[in-house]
Amino acid sequence: MIRTLMVATALATLASPAFAETITVAPGEDAQDRLQEALILAEPGDEIVLEAGRFELTDGLSLDVDGVVLRGAGMNASVLDFSAQRGAGEGLLVTSDNVTLRDFAVENPQGDGIKSKGADDIVYSGIRVPWTNGPAATNGAYGIYPVESTHILIDGCEVSGASDAGIYVGQSSRITVRNSTARSNVAGIEIENSRKAIVELNYVTQNTGGILVFDLPGLPVKNGGEVLVRNNLVANNTTANFAPPGNIVASVRRGTGIMVMANDTVWVGQNMLYDNPTAPIMVIAYPLAFDDPEYNPYPREISVDWNIVDEGGTDPQFEGAAQLLAAFGGALPPAMWDGLEDPEMTTLMVHPDLAGWSVNLPKQGAGIEAARPGPLDAGAIGQPISIEGWGAPEEMDARL
Amino acid sequence: MIRHVSILAAAAVTLAISAGVHASPPPVVHDWVIQSDKIPKKLSEFGFFQDWRGREPSMDVVPYRLNTPLFSDGATKLRYVYVPDTAVAKADGPGLLQLPVGSALIKTFAFEEGDELRYIETRVLLHRADGWVALPYVWNEEQTEATLALAGARREVTTPYGERISYRVPNKNQCKECHGLNGAVTPIGPKARNMSAEWLRSFLGEVPKGADTLPMWEDRETADPAAAARAYLDVNCGHCHRQGATASNSGLDLRWENDDPHAFGINKRPVAAGRGSGGLMFDIVPGDPEASILVYRMASDEPGVAMPELGKGTVHEEGVDVVERWIAGMPAR
Repeated sequence: MIRTLMVATALATLASPAFAETITVAPGEDAQDRLQEALILAEPGDEIVLEAGRFELTDGLSLDVDGVVLRGAGMNASVLDFSAQRGAGEGLLVTSDNVTLRDFAVENPQGDGIKSKGADDIVYSGIRVPWTNGPAATNGAYGIYPVESTHILIDGCEVSGASDAGIYVGQSSRITVRNSTARSNVAGIEIENSRKAIVELNYVTQNTGGILVFDLPGLPVKNGGEVLVRNNLVANNTTANFAPPGNIVASVRRGTGIMVMANDTVWVGQNMLYDNPTAPIMVIAYPLAFDDPEYNPYPREISVDWNIVDEGGTDPQFEGAAQLLAAFGGALPPAMWDGLEDPEMTTLMVHPDLAGWSVNLPKQGAGIEAARPGPLDAGAIGQPISIEGWGAPEEMDARL
Repeated sequence: MIRHVSILAAAAVTLAISAGVHASPPPVVHDWVIQSDKIPKKLSEFGFFQDWRGREPSMDVVPYRLNTPLFSDGATKLRYVYVPDTAVAKADGPGLLQLPVGSALIKTFAFEEGDELRYIETRVLLHRADGWVALPYVWNEEQTEATLALAGARREVTTPYGERISYRVPNKNQCKECHGLNGAVTPIGPKARNMSAEWLRSFLGEVPKGADTLPMWEDRETADPAAAARAYLDVNCGHCHRQGATASNSGLDLRWENDDPHAFGINKRPVAAGRGSGGLMFDIVPGDPEASILVYRMASDEPGVAMPELGKGTVHEEGVDVVERWIAGMPAR
């Protein structure tokens, strides 16, 4: 009876002029329907409040209304629990613009955690997405997953256990990922086929690889670049790779700190990198065969500025690691380059205080067995680069 | 003129109801309900059917079928199209029929229980002045009325294969996950290429070029394997796996008209498949269905792996067979 009235009221709202409302949803019986209904019937400007407690959900949720705030009572207080999810590819799907997600958790989704697709001007603040059983190939791929969007701000979030990337931003532009923790994922934070991104002040630990900046062929949005990776703590990324094979991150070696693959204009500086024993910093070309005439597989204009780094690759996960270690005196120098470059472009510039080495692969697509390891032959870091217009627009900070 | 009459008749019925009289629904569709901005709570408010049980379509509510249909856990589907008599439907070559404002598509999903056909849900797509609207209605146990279920629902059903499953009625947003194209809701089923020439002639008064080219699903064993498989993938996957739709970021384009082999999966690496890759390297490996992610995901019913992501509680074995046969017959590279 109450339920019927609620729907009737909500339907009346649909027809009435818009003014901001607060809709509170409590956990308990029918949480799936009550919450999904609130998400459908919300009007632009409305705030949907998740009370503290555990919402037991059986299906994916979705939001398709612009300008809605979905707010919980805290990332540990309001928990959307998808342990018993039976359908949909993610826990929460957002397909509208100007949405703010804050202060709640999405636990154990069967696929991805929160996916926002074609959702511009989105804020993720204080969101937690854990797979509580720890690293497992059966966990979903991405925790926080904005894709094909412009203006993305991710701040103060925590993601753990993703079998691909904890925080994954794909095919997007104007992105900021900061103040967040990515722990025990295959990739901690991944920026893929995207432009104008800033990744800063994050704690990235116990992943297989820490921060990945990738550009892949064959996607609708390509030619990624203009990515700034600064002031991050990237430490103890020593978890064995648990990604299902077939995915590009399955090829990431345990112990990778910050990795740049292909891309145009990336700046890596002022990070602290400890215990990333394959390579604290790695810059490589796309290693596989591809069939995409518009794709450039080489990294271009990559600046590796001053970073605080330990001795480097003390336990590299490469074939022939023992000989390599012997040749370099017990540890591979911190900056690793595969030696491949676009002959018409500057590939890599490295701060003179940072030691490096080159794998010297003979050509794109060659395997590590063709390596001719040697000292790094890269130019010194040059002029400062402009980051004007990179990152999420500043005015989005007002929504934090 | 005709339109005036129907409005008058409807007004009379409305009066009768407000006076507390239980009148039978009229055998005409309530155009003003379709064209208003209201979201009716009961399916019966549209007047698409002559009876409360939704079995007998009203005047101008025309049944149709598709050569190759979308699989929905083996549900029997009853499809109807309605066009108000003040407007006309047109063809757009082999593509989607151009249904004018005021039109509606009505699809009931049902499962056989003994001799009875038990209705689970009826989905309607309404063409309103500002675009298409998708609404799900769920039938009650007594099978006497269908009520709006914006948040969707789950129902225990037995599929034609004898499997007991939890059947998912999609929520309003999930309707858009399949029906969304460039941000707007659009019909996906009634494309001339997937409808019989005979039906099109009677409905449109013409048979557009390229009509009736997808093979009939029941003829799949004798049809060209590529045509049968590409038709199946077009109808079951191509509304999401294309530019401008839900799965656009995968770069996979499974529409019938796509002729780029890489884009329809041949030697294409997964992008965001996660554990959906099943440890396999490519969407389609010519000659090797078992190494093809497409087949792996179609053959799974596990959320996070299974494709399609929505409307699937059970594996469509015949659909998997058609795609397997096609891939097996491709020359290995």
